[in-house]
Amino acid sequence: MSRLEMIRASEISDEALVLGRRELLRSGAAVLGTALLPGCFRMEAEASEATPKPSSAEALHFRPGPVELSTDEPPTSLRDATRYNNFYEFGTDKRDPARHAGSLRPRPWSVVIEGEVRRPGRIPLEDLLRPHPLEERVYRLRCVEAWSMVIPWVGFPLAALLKRFEPTSRARYVAFETLLDPEQMPGQRRHSLDWPYREGLRMDEAMHPLTLLAVGMYGRVLPNQNGAPLRLVVPWKYGFKSIKSIVKIRLQRSRPVTTWSQQNPREYGFFANVNPHVDHPRWSQGRERRIGEWHKRPTLFLNGYAEQVASLYRGMDLRRDF
Amino acid sequence: MARPGWRSAHRILAGACALPLLTLAVQAAGDQLGADPVEDLLHRTGLWALRFLVASLAVTPLRRQLGLPGLAPWRRTLGLWSFAYASVHLSLWWLLDLEGDPGQVLEEVTKRPYVTVGFAAFLLLVPLAITSTRSWQRRLRGRWRRLHLLVHPAILLALLHFLWIEKADFTEPAAYAAGVGGLLLLRLSHRRV
Repeated sequence: MSRLEMIRASEISDEALVLGRRELLRSGAAVLGTALLPGCFRMEAEASEATPKPSSAEALHFRPGPVELSTDEPPTSLRDATRYNNFYEFGTDKRDPARHAGSLRPRPWSVVIEGEVRRPGRIPLEDLLRPHPLEERVYRLRCVEAWSMVIPWVGFPLAALLKRFEPTSRARYVAFETLLDPEQMPGQRRHSLDWPYREGLRMDEAMHPLTLLAVGMYGRVLPNQNGAPLRLVVPWKYGFKSIKSIVKIRLQRSRPVTTWSQQNPREYGFFANVNPHVDHPRWSQGRERRIGEWHKRPTLFLNGYAEQVASLYRGMDLRRDF
Repeated sequence: MARPGWRSAHRILAGACALPLLTLAVQAAGDQLGADPVEDLLHRTGLWALRFLVASLAVTPLRRQLGLPGLAPWRRTLGLWSFAYASVHLSLWWLLDLEGDPGQVLEEVTKRPYVTVGFAAFLLLVPLAITSTRSWQRRLRGRWRRLHLLVHPAILLALLHFLWIEKADFTEPAAYAAGVGGLLLLRLSHRRV
């Protein structure tokens, strides 16, 4: 009996899913762990010398999320999703993150919650995650560079986390920051962007049920190159809004400065909603290439999530507030 | 006339220039390109077109500095290979990125400045490729040399095209720009002397 079957039989409830093993996390990231996260993560340790395949799959316990929030499109291959990444902290080539993200140490990790909240503090990751049941959401991901993927994320709604820390009535925006540590993130030694990476959402966007904090994908702990140990997923916005390896969440009254819109305000707006009718100044946003396909497909307004989120932008001129 | 040794070296070089294209073809056939194969094909064919163009520009200064007249025919070879890669680049863009829609070509060329300059660079290379033969060289005489100065604007437009598609990291195009700048300076300084 394989370890997987054993776990399935003894530990996992019917609806829980456990995906197989993976080699990717063999790097330093493999320490992402479990003992630290009782109830959340469970590590399948390398079985023994007898097991020939390198495997340090870290399966997660989770439920499927609400059906209406997931797409039934086939997910992008795990291979492509973990080897074709924009994560400039590890280099600007899309293959760089897979090559260099081994130096990131996603454990121990803590997140600072501050600003307009009643219960600010620096929270160890395991405490941050403990109360939140994990669920799977299969989302489309549309990059501003006109390619797209379909990713099965594992996480929980950002809204649930924010509520826990009790935002004050003055909180109108949420600002996020990625880790700043050139030792762990060698791409930060170069000034390709103004480090640390910053992103932000308006409060109603942050509280929307589609907005996810992810700790895993494809049933397993997030690989470093995909933003371990904690990242944002906002599926109706261009990918760069979904900030990775978060160390700070700040609630505030004013609109936060965000990295790409600071880098080039003409090309990247604060909202960055997927919109086929508003071209990037240099290229068309009307179509996209789904990774794994040769043909381009039309890009959907708000990445196909208009039904759920269009009301957030009622009355706004999305050409101006792009 | 070059010595036989030079001629065979030149022949080997001319053949070797096809290697990047062969590699791409083999990788494409074996599904070994990156996660976005179209992007990969476009990027690499474009990059090789630029590399060969820069290399062709380096031939004359190198020939003069080293006093090696045998290098002379390499300029045409490298220039023609640059044109070949640029043609593949443009064709793949049309077929794979625009899915063969000719109307889209016009729209992209007129609407997107980085496409405009890239397309212009290609157009400048067309007459150079056509008149690269000995007979055209004879027919045009003194005008041939002047016509072939078009390689300078072509390379500058190609660099601009490269620079314009980058999002944040300009290291690579900047390195090429520095190389081209150096070569053009060499050329100018030679003229003055």
